[in-house]
Amino acid sequence: MAADVVMPQMGESIFEGTITKWLKKPGDKVERDEPLFEISTDKVDAEIPSPSAGVLKEIKIKEGQTVPINTVVATIDAAGSAAAPAPAAAPAPVPTKAETPKPAAASPSAPQPVASKPGPVPVPSAPVQTAAAAPAKEAGRVHSSPLVRRMAKEHGIDLATVAGTGAGGRISKQDIEAVIATAGGTIAAPLETAAEPAYSPQAPRPAVVPPPPVAPAPAAGPGGPAAHGTQYVPALQVGVPRERLYFGDYEVEPLSTMRLKIAEHMVSSKHVSPHVYSIDEIDMSKVAALRAKSKDEFEKQYGTKLTFMPFFVKAAVAGLRAFPALNSSLDGSNVVRHKEINIGIAVALDWGLIVPIIKNADEKNILGIQRTMNDLAERARSKKLRPEEVQESTFSITNPGVFGGLFGLPVISQPNVGILGLGAIEKRPVVINDSIAIRSMCYVTLSYDHRVVDGAIAHQFLHKVKETLENWSSPLV
Amino acid sequence: MATAAQETGIRPAAATLVTFLEAIKQAMYEEMERDPAVVLIGEDIGVYGGAFKTSEGLLERFGWERVIDTPISESAIVGAACGMSYLGLRPIAEMQFIDFIVCAFNQITNFVAKGHYLWNAPAPIVIRGPAGGGVHGGPFHSANPEMYFVHTPGLKVIYPSTPYDAKGLLKAAVRDNNPVLFFEHKFLYRRIKEEIPAEDYTVPIGKAAVRREGRHLTIISYAAMMHTSLEAAADLAKEGIEAEVIDLRTLLPLDEETILASLKKTNKCLVVHEDTKTGGIAGEIAAILCERAFGDLDGPLMRVTALDTPVPYSPPLEEYFLPNKEKVLHAARQLAKY
Repeated sequence: MAADVVMPQMGESIFEGTITKWLKKPGDKVERDEPLFEISTDKVDAEIPSPSAGVLKEIKIKEGQTVPINTVVATIDAAGSAAAPAPAAAPAPVPTKAETPKPAAASPSAPQPVASKPGPVPVPSAPVQTAAAAPAKEAGRVHSSPLVRRMAKEHGIDLATVAGTGAGGRISKQDIEAVIATAGGTIAAPLETAAEPAYSPQAPRPAVVPPPPVAPAPAAGPGGPAAHGTQYVPALQVGVPRERLYFGDYEVEPLSTMRLKIAEHMVSSKHVSPHVYSIDEIDMSKVAALRAKSKDEFEKQYGTKLTFMPFFVKAAVAGLRAFPALNSSLDGSNVVRHKEINIGIAVALDWGLIVPIIKNADEKNILGIQRTMNDLAERARSKKLRPEEVQESTFSITNPGVFGGLFGLPVISQPNVGILGLGAIEKRPVVINDSIAIRSMCYVTLSYDHRVVDGAIAHQFLHKVKETLENWSSPLV
Repeated sequence: MATAAQETGIRPAAATLVTFLEAIKQAMYEEMERDPAVVLIGEDIGVYGGAFKTSEGLLERFGWERVIDTPISESAIVGAACGMSYLGLRPIAEMQFIDFIVCAFNQITNFVAKGHYLWNAPAPIVIRGPAGGGVHGGPFHSANPEMYFVHTPGLKVIYPSTPYDAKGLLKAAVRDNNPVLFFEHKFLYRRIKEEIPAEDYTVPIGKAAVRREGRHLTIISYAAMMHTSLEAAADLAKEGIEAEVIDLRTLLPLDEETILASLKKTNKCLVVHEDTKTGGIAGEIAAILCERAFGDLDGPLMRVTALDTPVPYSPPLEEYFLPNKEKVLHAARQLAKY
């Protein structure tokens, strides 16, 4: 088998070379890389090594001749060399790693693992659903690509149902185009046109599917936030790029339904109502004395503990009666003035927060309010509240003081226009008639919707509450 | 009426086939004719006419004041060119081999590139020279140092692949008020010929060219590897794989829009460059595609590049080291199949 020797590409920008001297004669045996001939170019003179071992069969270009690069200048008969490779036309299976003959003289070895089968590569222009999809799904995940996932999303295709014909069963662009094409002419638009309006790197694209929720779709929990998993929840917007949330060691768990509702409610309340906060301080000494004196007897007689909360509810009722603007709701440009006084009481739960309603609080005495409260709180904790028991409030009270808070600035519970926050009751030195006294003091705060209520009303309301409590006179039952 | 250039034979009267080398010479000649501020400075460019004869005849035509032979100091050449530009000249500095441009690295990156930002003193200079391997030039005469400078804000970096582009881009570089690095692949100097119009023209800096249309994958390349990529694309077409071939032409600023438009069509991308792999422009393109077109990717970005070693002197080793058509075909087939 003869191998060609060509004029090599030697020296900078050389496109031709002159053979100055042959170092072997026809019939001479040559080893691979043994100097075979000398050339001269306009930059260099060089010895050219033999590209392969064998016998120099024929010299085609004589000394002194100038020829373009890659011109065949000689042939070497490789017969007798160990490899004896077969010509490309006769694809005899060669079990050994014999080198295929290289016509180019200057390539003594294959530079790179070259595709072993030179046959045409199957480009699946019309992909068929084959068993090749199996390996992709064995691992429990579908192999596709960012493009395929985007196209699947835009066309509402479940990739688990698509057979892949790409490498290792991957779902390729062609595969999903075929699915789109068979799904119907309406969405079978070719990629070029479909992609054009649908995707711009800069602007968020108007996708068929709305942007994903921040919370990953929850895998566990019936009654989980499935509703939120498929729709955009403004309350759950992230203030920074999401990737900045994930660092160090962390766990991710979905929000509970209750937390999602609280989140929505709080964001919408803060968004809708311009909150203003007023604070007052109340001397609870008289109420505290009354309660200390009567609580044992009260519990013995009525089977329930006496807390401070009913006193605050009664005081709030007095304030609301005096300043009914705080017992209203806003409906567009109309104020709805409620005739009932239904007071929501925030109840902290291990898993969140709920605000059951004391209906017609103005018609109840301390005992009635205490009993209603106890009942509602109990059923809130055992999840037995009825829906109507958390609706139709006209005002709310929350008690951060129960956890030791000096005071809190609560968010209005919609559709109310005010919420009263109670601080902790604790003994403090206060100035009374120019002397210092120790009194049971309590900060109260009113958060109110400034669209409906102005500061003058708010402070007068607080003063009414304060006055009612500091000069407590009504009976407990 | 024949111009002086036509009389000297440097500038043809009508469109003719010219080599890459001749295109470079024409560009310099015409720009020197057009603007007396354009001067040449470099080693052996005057009496000898340049190591590759790119400035042959220019000393005779324009005189020693405008065709300046220097001692062997690339740092001095660039420093002098920079100073000349501050005084109103527009020098074209030649590196005899682009490998030695790194001797002027400090001048280029600390002075030429920063002057506009620091002192409002732009340096309208062109630094050009023969680059690239495949001609058995060994480790000191085969370099592709473009990425050192693509990483340097303030420069423009051009690496053309055809005589037409070489002439048009070199003229555009001379007229540009920014410092421009102009790499000429010496493998192409005498190997390709192209018809070039007789009239004056420029090629815009920062615009890539689609050399072949295709729909299955995009091959992005430049300089000598652009021709390798085109040859591979022709072979791929016989196998039913239609590759689009993009010639970057300018590496800085990079024409991202042409790349993204092609990816949107083919969804797969292969970058072929003769530069070594690590830190090559392929990595930068991969990052751009991920940042700006992640949802358009239907396969991994693949690279065919030189190995991460110096250019070997041994011819077989150099061939092993460099990308070639077989390597491009292998990667393209894999990518098409992916």
